Amino acid sequence: MTAMVQPAILFLVALAAMVAMVVTSDAGFAIHMGMVMGAALLAAVVCLRRVDWDPVSGAILKPDPGTGYVDDVIRAGAIASMVWALVGLLAGVYIAAQLAFPLLNLGLEWTSFGRLRPVHTSAVIFAFGGNVLIATSFYVVQRTCRVRLAFPWLAWFVFWGYQLFIVLAASGYVLGITQSKEYAEPEWYVDLWLTIVWVAYLAVFVATIARRREPHIYVANWFYLAFILTIAMLHVVNNLALPVGLSSKSYPVFAGVQDALTQWWYGHNAVGFFLTAGFLAIMYYFVPKQANRPVYSYRLSIVHFWSLIFLYIWAGPHHLHYTALPDWAQTLGMVFSVILWMPSWGGMINGLMTLEGAWDKIRTDPLVRMMVAALAFYGMSTFEGPLMSIRSVNALSHYTDWTVGHVHSGALGWVGLISFSALYYMVPRLFGAQRLYSLRWVNWHFWLAMVGIALYASSMWVAGIMQGLMWREYNAEGLLVYSFIETSAAMHPYYVIRLVGGLFYFAGAGLMAVNLVQTLRHRLRDEVPLEQGPIHSPDRDRPLAGAPVAAE
Amino acid sequence: MADAGSGLFDHKRIERNVALLAVLAFITVTIGGLVQLVPLFFMQNTIEKVEGMRPYTPLELAGRNIYVREGCYNCHSQMIRPFRDEIERYGHYSLAAESMYDHPFQWGSKRTGPDLARVGGRYSDQWHVQHLVNPRDVVPESIMPAYAFLKDRVLKDSDIAANLEANRRLGVPYTQAQIANALADLRAQANPDADTAGLFERYGDRVNVRDFDGNPAEVTEMDALVAYLQMLGTLVDFSAYVPQENFR
Repeated sequence: MTAMVQPAILFLVALAAMVAMVVTSDAGFAIHMGMVMGAALLAAVVCLRRVDWDPVSGAILKPDPGTGYVDDVIRAGAIASMVWALVGLLAGVYIAAQLAFPLLNLGLEWTSFGRLRPVHTSAVIFAFGGNVLIATSFYVVQRTCRVRLAFPWLAWFVFWGYQLFIVLAASGYVLGITQSKEYAEPEWYVDLWLTIVWVAYLAVFVATIARRREPHIYVANWFYLAFILTIAMLHVVNNLALPVGLSSKSYPVFAGVQDALTQWWYGHNAVGFFLTAGFLAIMYYFVPKQANRPVYSYRLSIVHFWSLIFLYIWAGPHHLHYTALPDWAQTLGMVFSVILWMPSWGGMINGLMTLEGAWDKIRTDPLVRMMVAALAFYGMSTFEGPLMSIRSVNALSHYTDWTVGHVHSGALGWVGLISFSALYYMVPRLFGAQRLYSLRWVNWHFWLAMVGIALYASSMWVAGIMQGLMWREYNAEGLLVYSFIETSAAMHPYYVIRLVGGLFYFAGAGLMAVNLVQTLRHRLRDEVPLEQGPIHSPDRDRPLAGAPVAAE
Repeated sequence: MADAGSGLFDHKRIERNVALLAVLAFITVTIGGLVQLVPLFFMQNTIEKVEGMRPYTPLELAGRNIYVREGCYNCHSQMIRPFRDEIERYGHYSLAAESMYDHPFQWGSKRTGPDLARVGGRYSDQWHVQHLVNPRDVVPESIMPAYAFLKDRVLKDSDIAANLEANRRLGVPYTQAQIANALADLRAQANPDADTAGLFERYGDRVNVRDFDGNPAEVTEMDALVAYLQMLGTLVDFSAYVPQENFR
């Protein structure tokens, strides 16, 4: 009868959602409960249709577990990552356009910058980044533990539950359902749902490691494990809230200065563990595999793992320099942020030096090139971060677009490129294709992304530093030179350049999507292989044989 | 693989045992948060006592909820830093006490638009309404979205007492009288002809009582948001404020 338990639970969830939908007086909450009900019913029907009956006895048959790695949920994750990358980047391009041309806010409540900006940040960080992390972690943990994924049905629950979380969160922002805590905008019931999904994720991951056939737990799994555990802790504490009756509105438990530090303890470590530790795990598996070299230093990976996870958690207060947060906390945040530079670069060095003996692959293999660029951006942004966390630098950079530029050099350069290269690595293997549809398109993607990041980061550096200096500029009489709106108007050309940069980056991701879709359809682009292309041909690059052409 | 030590600090023991690895990693990531967060709740000088702080009136709280709903924090800070240019442009630097009743805090992280911590009383109500309906009518270079719909939407106020009650449970010192009269107080604050004696008694006589949006027929979301903006940063009387030795 166990096959009936899942549909029964799902029907109960659907029933509860229906009751909540009818009882509440909050229209947005009712819409969300309707969506939950629909999702639960759909899942129940799918579960029931999967049940296999013995035609003679009528007994329920156990499904065949199979023998290979559990890859179907990873295939779904790879496709979801691709889709959310396009959605999130497009949302980013659109809100960048709104800042340059405010008419694009359309005068509608659902399309204002204030509601769409969290759609962009959540879609790229949690939808794209999260799906990449879940898919790659399931891929890596099976292959490094040499064992099938534990509880495959629970892995599917994690996948679909996570997609539901994303859809509820993003549709909520558009409807005005938000806590207005940066990067933690989803309301209380969406947070509760994510907590359930996350615990299931932890269970699948840890149980798979516990069943491993290899004596050692591979370093990538340390990072995945730290990421899953820490995000659970941060998410639960930062989202403690009291709902107002049965509605989408809640009030966070903490207020003012305590809420501020809790929020940035969360916010900075969403960067530290979601966008860093998780993606370092990706680096530790996919860079050695693609380069076909062992990890540079085992000792360095131990030292930088423990120091990175210990130090990151302290860095939050650097988001609150010169605010009403007590000085001692600001100072602690600054000091640890600067120290954090070291373990960050430890990871970069361990990744880059893995290419020792294979540096030529940067020239010949566009995937290795993309990985190396990702590590270079990781190194740059983890140098820029400690710099900006120094109080006197932060006095200038805080509240300006310099911060936005910094975040994007890390997000587009490090997180984006390492994710793309992992997808390029996994998709042909997951879908049984001979190779990628086109390696030359990977090369195009790389350069489109490079141009995009260069335009984005440089325009935001100029915009941010310029605005910071304009705000504090005094004339000879000791009066402020610029009104606020003059400093805002001066941003226009840089916002346009940033938009163009975003379009370049988006175009690269679009090219990747076509490339991967063609790959999973087992199509092969008819193209001159990169290594034998027109760049260098040993056959032609030599003196002609035979008799010299005689002068007439 | 190189040998990573032996005996007590043998990493091989950790990386062969997932439970040990998980427990040690979890302990490692909790330390920083414990050291930074926990004292903040217990140290007396985290929030310096000042005169004048009071909880939001029901109309201001409803306005603040609209500010939260629209995601204004994406572009506006509410935290003035102690720099000469910020103090001249925005007013006295922000004190921790000024956001002590803010669930959630709205200090923000980006100034695409100006800081709003002390925007209260700087512009007329008409300016705010006009600016929210179409920012470019009053500030031609502005890139802010238009919020004209606020003017046409009647404020949903039936659950305002429940909102005050939720805040009270989280430590905001709303009295039973304030909660019981929440709806009446909300409507009185937006109506200059109403009996406001109870409102003044419960929230002090410096509360702004006006028809904020110029439409006396109904209490709109515009009324609530403008009421909130017009009180921002006006509670503490800085002529009576002397920075103590715990001056930050």
